[in-house]
Amino acid sequence: MLELSLNHYLTVSAMLFALGIFGIFLNRKNIITILMSIELMLLAVNINMVAFSAYNGDLEGQIFSLFILTVAAAEAAIGLAILVVFFRNRGSIAVEDVNVLKG
Amino acid sequence: MAFELADILPALPEIILSAVALVLVLVAAYGGDGAANARRVAHLTLAGIVLAAIALLSMTSAQSTAFGGMFRADAFADYMKLLVLMGSFAAVFMSVTPLERDDINKPEFSLLVILALVGMMLMISANDLMSLYMAVELQSLPLYVVAAMRTNSLRSSEAGLKYFLLGALSSGMLLYGASLVYGFAGTTSFAGIAAAVSETDLPAGFIIGMVFMITGIAFKVSAAPFHMWTPDVYEGSPSPVTALFAIAPKVAAIALMLRLTYGAFGSIALEWSQVIMALSVASIVVGALGAIMQKDIKRMMAYSSIAHMGYALAGLAAGTHEGAFGVMIYMTSYVFMGAGTFAIILLMRRDGQSATRIADLRGLSKTQPLFALGLMVMMFSMAGIPPLAGFFGKWYVFLAAVNAGLVPLAVIGVVMSVVGAFYYLRIIKIMYFEDSEAPLDQDVPLANKLVLGVSMAVILLFFAGLNSIMDAANTATMALMAPF
Repeated sequence: MLELSLNHYLTVSAMLFALGIFGIFLNRKNIITILMSIELMLLAVNINMVAFSAYNGDLEGQIFSLFILTVAAAEAAIGLAILVVFFRNRGSIAVEDVNVLKG
Repeated sequence: MAFELADILPALPEIILSAVALVLVLVAAYGGDGAANARRVAHLTLAGIVLAAIALLSMTSAQSTAFGGMFRADAFADYMKLLVLMGSFAAVFMSVTPLERDDINKPEFSLLVILALVGMMLMISANDLMSLYMAVELQSLPLYVVAAMRTNSLRSSEAGLKYFLLGALSSGMLLYGASLVYGFAGTTSFAGIAAAVSETDLPAGFIIGMVFMITGIAFKVSAAPFHMWTPDVYEGSPSPVTALFAIAPKVAAIALMLRLTYGAFGSIALEWSQVIMALSVASIVVGALGAIMQKDIKRMMAYSSIAHMGYALAGLAAGTHEGAFGVMIYMTSYVFMGAGTFAIILLMRRDGQSATRIADLRGLSKTQPLFALGLMVMMFSMAGIPPLAGFFGKWYVFLAAVNAGLVPLAVIGVVMSVVGAFYYLRIIKIMYFEDSEAPLDQDVPLANKLVLGVSMAVILLFFAGLNSIMDAANTATMALMAPF
């Protein structure tokens, strides 16, 4: 029977976090996917926080994770609002169309 | 745990600003539409900032904590908060007329600035990973929105989108780092973190977390190689918003970096100083070389600010008392140089349209000699020519770097500031020695004149007041390095 240790949680969390980062940089299609990747990163952090909190036997990490959930919701709301404004002006939300500013 | 007034009182300036923001939400919602309401909200915002500054100055600068140790008020916080308040005041003050002329004068602008300002002040006073994260987000979220404020402009919305995506990425990295630091230190308070680790007893996970956190803040500071968003956001945002970005959030982010490195990671300076040094060298080089080819002055100022952050980080890399002191002198000069330069960029309009190409400055010395003189002073100061303010900033930063044994860093810095002088002097050449077919608009709002006048006075007379500035910065540095 496999005993779950702190390292297992940290590994899962690190993998999710890496997936999130790769999702942002390798994704060439849609900005919504980037928003999803950002959420994935934040949730990976939450796994870390809760795992450490349980392992260290204090509550700080769990309280922290509640703050992260709240802020992530606000962040997603603002991100989607900006995305809607962008779509109205550009008529597209493809990553390759975010290209007016460069130099 | 009983509630005591003493446990929130050190945060009085922030509380005042938050209360003003709440009132302004109502004023913005019920004050009617149109320019008059936007103007009223902007003026009330300015009053709120002044009120917060008075509260800040009238409080004792002795070290105290609030919110159960999550918030730390001391001389360092007072110094940096005053800079941030002055920078935001200048940015809001100068924004009113240009926003009206561009027909994007919404009350939301001042309201969001005041909320971001609360975030910046909380960043400066952060004393716990939780308050650090909440403050960073409170600062960032309103700024994403103001970048995209010109909702019918593709460039503005693209700037907002880029800022948001990279800002959210950086928050994620900051948080991931925070989770590792918390896990390996067993606590989120800066004092606890500093006590939990030492050079000899340092888990690898802790170092990874620390590097992630520094990376996350480096995004906010716009240090290379995490600077990609800066030129696009500066160029795409409406000019008054760019002015704000260029002045206030940088100071808050540098202050947060100081808090974190000298406070939480104070016992392991050897580890982070290498990371900061790499960031510093990269920023100095990218900033100096990137600005050369720019045609848009806002884009050039973006690279210039990247270079400035590199110089400030050079002082931080020293990791000594002297280093933090140099950073503070540098940021003081930076605020006034930024405010003065943007006072001129905001007046660059032709036929009522904003005209921000560098070539638009041609012949400014003939049409508006006083403003040309003002911009010349700012450019000389940014290039670091004595006896202007920018020179003293660079001097103390490089001095600290050399005394800490970072001679190569100082050499790169000095060489690159010569490269930087090229593009600053080019602007002076364009203003004074090239003629324009179409001069810029002549009617300049009073706010720009006042901000430019004050900034010029501070920069020209910096050496005269150097002793009192140095005293204040010295007290602030001692407070920063004082044990908890």
